[in-house]
Amino acid sequence: MRLKATLWGAAAALALVPAAAMAERERGSSGHLNIIYWQAVSTMNPFLSGGTKEMNASSIVLEPLARFDAAGELVAWLAEEIPTLDNGGVSEDLKTITWRLKEGLLWSDGTPVTAADVVFTHEYCTHPEGGCSYRDRFAGIESVVAEDDHTVVITFEDATPNPYIPFVGAGSPIIQQAQFQNCLGARAPECTDANFAPVGTGPYVVTDFRPNDVIQFEANPNYRVPTQPYFATITWAGGGDATGAARAVFQTGEMDYAWNLQLAPEVIEQMQSGGQGELLVDFGPLMERIELNFTDVSADLPDDERGTRMHPHPILTDIRVREALSRAIDRELLTEIGYGPTGRATCNFIVAPPAMASPNNDNCLVQDMDRANELLDEAGWERGPDGIRTRDGMRLELLFNTSTNAVRQDFQALIQQWWREIGVDTRLRNIDAGVFFGSDPSSPDTYVKFWADVQMYASLFEGTDPTPHLEQRRCGREPRPETQWPGQNINRYCNPEYDALWAELNREPDPERRQELVIALNDMFVQDFAHLPLVARGRVSAKSTDLGGVVMNVWDSEHWNQAEWYRITE
Amino acid sequence: MLNFTIRRLVMAVPTVIIISLLIFLLLDLAPGDPTAQLPLTIPLEVRDEIRLALGLGDPVIVRYFKWLQMMLVNEPLHALEQVTGWNVAPDTQRILSWQSRSPVGDIIAQRIPQTLWVVGMGYLFGILIALPIGIISAYKQYSWFDQLGTFIAMVGFSVPVFFTGVVLILVFSVWLGWFPSMYDTTLRVTDWDSFMRQVRQMVLPVSVLALFNAAQISRFMRASMLDNLNMDYVRTARAKGLRERTVVMVHVLRNSMIPVVTVIALGVPSVFSGAIITETIFRVNGLGALLINAIYANDIPMIQTLTFIFAVLIVLFNLIADVIYGILDPRIRYD
Repeated sequence: MRLKATLWGAAAALALVPAAAMAERERGSSGHLNIIYWQAVSTMNPFLSGGTKEMNASSIVLEPLARFDAAGELVAWLAEEIPTLDNGGVSEDLKTITWRLKEGLLWSDGTPVTAADVVFTHEYCTHPEGGCSYRDRFAGIESVVAEDDHTVVITFEDATPNPYIPFVGAGSPIIQQAQFQNCLGARAPECTDANFAPVGTGPYVVTDFRPNDVIQFEANPNYRVPTQPYFATITWAGGGDATGAARAVFQTGEMDYAWNLQLAPEVIEQMQSGGQGELLVDFGPLMERIELNFTDVSADLPDDERGTRMHPHPILTDIRVREALSRAIDRELLTEIGYGPTGRATCNFIVAPPAMASPNNDNCLVQDMDRANELLDEAGWERGPDGIRTRDGMRLELLFNTSTNAVRQDFQALIQQWWREIGVDTRLRNIDAGVFFGSDPSSPDTYVKFWADVQMYASLFEGTDPTPHLEQRRCGREPRPETQWPGQNINRYCNPEYDALWAELNREPDPERRQELVIALNDMFVQDFAHLPLVARGRVSAKSTDLGGVVMNVWDSEHWNQAEWYRITE
Repeated sequence: MLNFTIRRLVMAVPTVIIISLLIFLLLDLAPGDPTAQLPLTIPLEVRDEIRLALGLGDPVIVRYFKWLQMMLVNEPLHALEQVTGWNVAPDTQRILSWQSRSPVGDIIAQRIPQTLWVVGMGYLFGILIALPIGIISAYKQYSWFDQLGTFIAMVGFSVPVFFTGVVLILVFSVWLGWFPSMYDTTLRVTDWDSFMRQVRQMVLPVSVLALFNAAQISRFMRASMLDNLNMDYVRTARAKGLRERTVVMVHVLRNSMIPVVTVIALGVPSVFSGAIITETIFRVNGLGALLINAIYANDIPMIQTLTFIFAVLIVLFNLIADVIYGILDPRIRYD
């Protein structure tokens, strides 16, 4: 009996060995990590690129004062703590915010990080000739001042209920003044060495950078957590295609992590069956939608009146028509065909964070052809001999634009067929993404100009605060010819009640009340069928099964906790 | 011959300049926007500033001459400086890529080795396979060897590389695990071991390209041999009592090579322009991948510079083909 107990004890001790070994992870103990970005990284300076791939790669070198965790909550990063109204970091009039840097922070070259670096970062990105991609992060700032070596005070022009935009998140990291001080404005692109190998505070340092090809990293010897990062070196490969990247993780095991695998659902499913890798999916604010134009875009109108509020749309200004178009769509089927596990059918304008997604609109998820037909009958559209409805001699005919993309063309064809069943004739067009999403004011085909009746694309917002995204749909924010078509009120929606409610949201500091207001604005917008939400799209990456510590994050860089990634050993 | 070569070289200069202007205007007229790939969260006002910072505010003709000056003067000086170490190009402006904001010359120089290794080897092996197949197929016309050669050539012609490439990856990388599916551009050949790794990672892309190239060239070789084999001088050579080997390998082959060499020489610029599809499938980040990437991103300085270099190479190899023609066939004299 005694012997048996001893044996059991020995067995238990043996079983504990791997656990003990895991607890003793230290810097570099996990060896080498291979990451593949099939869209290769062009530069390590996110301010000069604006692309997500550059933001992700630079996020393991350059860090912000605070970032968002996987749940969308703010976490102090280079800052000591998150400044709030309660701890006095945010002033009562909501006009200033005071950040304190952690003590003893070092750049990877061994020099101390000071508040002057933070002030310099603001100066770098707001230089008028620099063309900084994240310049709008610093909009509405009156001054950024270093009070002492560790304290930065940001003063806003107006009361700002959400001051966590500048220096927060992967799009707003701190760069080193010593390295970039001769790279301001028009000189920014000349500093190739600095742009390719910035000195940072993050867990890794660039050792070799080849634009649009490959990056090599090694652990930062001055990283603030002495036991991290666990991987000693990283090869960040780029290029190839999404299928190849997925294959390298799921089937050949050449890569440990692959980013942005937008593949057909059946391809992913088949590759996953190999068991070498796992799919990582999480849902952020990215949503595929159909915008319905409230203005007349008839080619008979002069160019400076076409698509403006001077001429209301002859068909789509009737809410019954808009509702009918929505009812005729089977969103669940679209999601299944186009996105599989990486999409979710939705009826909301604001789909995330979860607390701000409205629970009130799910009735649109069920396709209802009878109701759609009824609505069109009520609106006075009668079926002609060819099945297409007409009213006062006008055919119910819509021009449907989107960008060239296999999934979008599938969606177009399905929707065209459903709309045909309710007597709506749809003409389809697809436009090269470089033109459609471009902003050339002379092009007639951009999504901003919207010279079509309906159009489909996906959009999202930065961070966890949808206030600026909701603001876009206010009256007067629509793209207009006299301002060379900037503006994001794409469908030219205008509702004074909506504007009033938004103004209330913009003044409200209480988080719970803000959530209620966001939901109310969302409901007002989608129950007016001002646009038709279709699918909430997830971020999709893949990791090999022996890679540990990865926490998918849709609110910040996917590599936000890169220092904690490790190799799972048996 | 020398006179002819010099005259042709001088003539090439205006040709190349006109080509560059045409490319520039075409790219400028084509719709597209370098900021179109950015996330929609970046507002249009910021996009306008980015475009101004890229130099898009200047009129097209100013941009063209700026580019021409950088391409013809600054870039060669920088290349010279890098090769020799002389300080000949202090602080001169260089052509910057819009994607990476770094000199396009440096990126192209970085990409040339892998393109030459992979695409060049594919071409070389293609030729080495094609010539014997072409010669034997013609000499033994309608034999089983000829039928097999024709079949392989048809396969190489008609099956696209994006299919053969993926099949090879499935068989040799996924099922058998013999070769990597991705090319590692950071690998340095320093010893036997790394040399073997380099060979292993080159096997798949080189085979795909070699099959494609061999298909084309072997058909030319076969047709050209067939033309010559029935000529009177071949009968004469045989009547003189020459060995069959000498008849075929010296008399017929030399004459048959004339059109084939032209085809091979004219194909060399395509080695430099890379193989867009093959490079993408095997993640060989060479010049082809660079070009297609730049086109997707509307990176006009990069597209412009690459297409200009390709244009120069095409003009140059046309000239080389003409010169070789003269050497192979003493009857042809240009003076």
